[in-house]
Amino acid sequence: MSAIPADPNVTAVSATPRTETNYLNADWSIKSWLLTGDHKRIAILYLVSVSFFFFLGSIAAGLIRYELTAPAGFILESETYNKVFSAHGIIMVFLFLIVAIPAILGNFLLPLMIGARDMAFPRLNLLSWYLFMAGGILIMGGMINGGVDSGWTFYVPYSSMYANSNVTMVLTGIFIAGFSSITTGINFIVTTHKMRAPGMTWFRLPLMVWALYATGVVIILGTPVVAVTLLCIIFERVFHLPIFSAELGGDPVLFQHLFWFYSHPAVYIMILPAFGVQSELIANFARKRVFGYHLIAFSSLAIAGLGFLVWGHHMFISSESMYQGVVFSLISFLVAIPSAIKVFNWTATLYKGNIRLQTPMIYALGFIGLFTIGGLTGLFLGCLGTDVHLTNTYFIVAHFHYVMVGGAVTAFLGGLHYWWPKMTGRLYPESIAKWNAVLVFIGFNLTFFPQFIVGFMGMPRRYHYYYFAPEFQPYHIMSTLGSTVLALSFIIPGLYLTRSLSKGAKASANPWGAHGLEWETSSPPPTSNFDQIPVVLDEVYDFDPVTEHEQDKAAQALEVPSYLSNEAKSAESEKEKR
Amino acid sequence: MFSNFPATPPQASSFSREHDIIFYALLALTIIFTVMVGIGVIYFVIKYKRGSDADRSRPIYEDARLETAWSVIPLILALIMFYFGTKLFITMRVPPADAQEIFVIGKQWMWHVQHSNGVRENNTLHVPAGKPFKLTMISQDVIHAFYIPAFRAQMHVVPGRYTTMWFTPTQPGKYHLFCSMYCGTQHSEMGGTVVVMEPREWANWIENGGQSQASLTLEQSGERLYKQLACNNCHGAEDNMRAPSLYGIWGKKRTLTGGRTAIADQSYLRESILRPHNKITNGYSNTMPVYDGQINEEDVLKLMAYIKVIGSSVGGPSSSGTDTAAAVLNGTKGTMSPFAANAIQYQNSSMRRVDSTPTTRSGELAVNAIAAQQEAKGN
Repeated sequence: MSAIPADPNVTAVSATPRTETNYLNADWSIKSWLLTGDHKRIAILYLVSVSFFFFLGSIAAGLIRYELTAPAGFILESETYNKVFSAHGIIMVFLFLIVAIPAILGNFLLPLMIGARDMAFPRLNLLSWYLFMAGGILIMGGMINGGVDSGWTFYVPYSSMYANSNVTMVLTGIFIAGFSSITTGINFIVTTHKMRAPGMTWFRLPLMVWALYATGVVIILGTPVVAVTLLCIIFERVFHLPIFSAELGGDPVLFQHLFWFYSHPAVYIMILPAFGVQSELIANFARKRVFGYHLIAFSSLAIAGLGFLVWGHHMFISSESMYQGVVFSLISFLVAIPSAIKVFNWTATLYKGNIRLQTPMIYALGFIGLFTIGGLTGLFLGCLGTDVHLTNTYFIVAHFHYVMVGGAVTAFLGGLHYWWPKMTGRLYPESIAKWNAVLVFIGFNLTFFPQFIVGFMGMPRRYHYYYFAPEFQPYHIMSTLGSTVLALSFIIPGLYLTRSLSKGAKASANPWGAHGLEWETSSPPPTSNFDQIPVVLDEVYDFDPVTEHEQDKAAQALEVPSYLSNEAKSAESEKEKR
Repeated sequence: MFSNFPATPPQASSFSREHDIIFYALLALTIIFTVMVGIGVIYFVIKYKRGSDADRSRPIYEDARLETAWSVIPLILALIMFYFGTKLFITMRVPPADAQEIFVIGKQWMWHVQHSNGVRENNTLHVPAGKPFKLTMISQDVIHAFYIPAFRAQMHVVPGRYTTMWFTPTQPGKYHLFCSMYCGTQHSEMGGTVVVMEPREWANWIENGGQSQASLTLEQSGERLYKQLACNNCHGAEDNMRAPSLYGIWGKKRTLTGGRTAIADQSYLRESILRPHNKITNGYSNTMPVYDGQINEEDVLKLMAYIKVIGSSVGGPSSSGTDTAAAVLNGTKGTMSPFAANAIQYQNSSMRRVDSTPTTRSGELAVNAIAAQQEAKGN
């Protein structure tokens, strides 16, 4: 497409621009931000807005945890409590998790990683942000103007016929935000197919690109279904069109089939990009090609495909037939295998590596542990006999928080730290960040592990009161204590990352010594990404831990500190440039 | 674990043990794999940390045997767990033939339970240990879920269709009953207690459900309602010009207009009472009024119970035993004439009580009431 014919004499590394102008300082006007077609600027727009929504969703989470410390609550009425947990779910799912990694990191990185100047459809990309904001504003508007109390799952006939809250406005918002996902997905797929730099074959693609590609496929196959389904609720609610409600002659279980047909794959929209980030972090900090590259790439596609065939495991007890239950359970057990393969491969990558325990790597190692627990506890719920008892309880709450927070959010934080120097051109303070990564891990486990126990004991989810079952209280207290630690560990990065924008040391083009096209342009990159389109001559993750280790040893012999801090290294590379 | 700090739910039904064995097997697998991965990660990180002198020569990047091993072994373990989970699930889903039926109606925000002899209770369920029970459930408004953690039994209660669950209680005691499907403002307070009694104790209780008077059986209430709603004006003992007879139709195949057929089961009867125009018997026209919105789910259950027995008296032995309709309607409940207390009973037990929102939950005051009490004390 728009690729400039590459000069065969130019090696991949020489694409560093000489000018100081980059995508951030090219034009400071607000108009240039709001009308930009630059994928990097759109990623920043997403970063700011998604962080804001995450903040709101976290406040709702804090309120829930605080309220549940006492069996009969402290400050909220039941109706308010229901609105708060619905707000938490809706904001976190539709305005944070689905968007965070694909639209922020994916948007920023995909063209850089494949050596392109931009996405295939830059204006469509900008449109997706505007759709997201329109959806987000409508959702927030609905929550302020009456609130919504139907939970993020909008089960009918409650949401269509019984809820007295502002369901219509919120649903309209989600409907619009859905199109933002779709346009992003289209962009990912087309860009990956058509915009790869010369020499960037499919099996030289970083695993992040494979993951984003698989995500794009899931998005464009699944999102239209949920969009139409939510539209049906609006029609039933506003015009009493009989679709789902039994009293109008509809079928409430039909809604669940349609809803989960999207919302199960949506789980993979949230976690697949996290797998991608994870593969990048593990490879670059173990200084080694990812073990079983091909299997990881294909397992992403396998998950994307099988993920569409397991929606019925959300409905084992909701009056779908017994035989349906058996089939969906079998496929759910099968979809666990590609995820297990990934975990084993990441672990095996560490073998004979040259491991650097920097902040992103600590997040990545935490991810392996938390995702393993999250994935394995999923088996309890995919297993028919145990699901009957555990579904709709705190066990399921704990399970999906292990996957979504322990998995997706941990990977997002790891990725954000890893690519922060590239996105902003600044370094963050390494030691605070490192300890904070440990804090996230501790706070997270304290919050959500007790919920497995209280769920097994039978505490149903979405319960405001439990004064009739005081045996649940100790676990809720533990969980609330943990959530306080977790909240702190989310506030700290917010502070030091913001501070680093002005005070942080300037980052070199490649502060990690990482491998990948995004590290071969300056930090932050120029508006057109590369001065010249790079030609890819080497394999992906072309690290050499043995030589690197020998170099370290040699440096040690010369009495240069063996551990080069980021700052020292970036200063060094600054010198080299001059 | 500790009596005042429990970490497991009590085991009180025939499913509990098998469920817990599968649960703990999965837990063991989870722990083994997590520890394996955890130890692997920590060991590699320590051994191959930057600057360590470990041997890094000849690294491996792909290995077909390893990859096959860690795909196939988890797959086999997964299939084993699938087998046991599915086996238990099928047991949970197929009630034994001798299970006694109890009807459950869910509504915002209470459970209404109707025993087959007509005893009714709200937010409690009394059952004896050692006897299988089948719950036939329907919701009058939104989706609820009937959940007894100690029984490891849970099932959605859906408007517009009957769902069933069954269990055999094993351990006398009091257990939580929850609504586990979010159903609106007072969702968390929709529930109460399941009381598992010694069989003899229960036999006394079920006589009158703790009330001073025996109540009408479902069939008797159904017969009253059948007359009250004037169903018998058209649906008589024999087919006539206006309507087919309902005598003996239970469980039979019906031919509908257009040649379709349907079995006269619970769903069919419910549909044909509430929305008769959907399934019209061959040879008749659409003249029956719509009862959707006119009568509630409880009344539908009563009418169905009655239609079921008038079936059994004409059409041979009923599925529930050898009782004939006459016996069921007249003699089985002791000396009280079935219709003597009709008026009182129907007034006492009718919808007014059921529809009111409860201010107590299984005998305890609800939160607002507690707060009010505390305030009063404070003053």
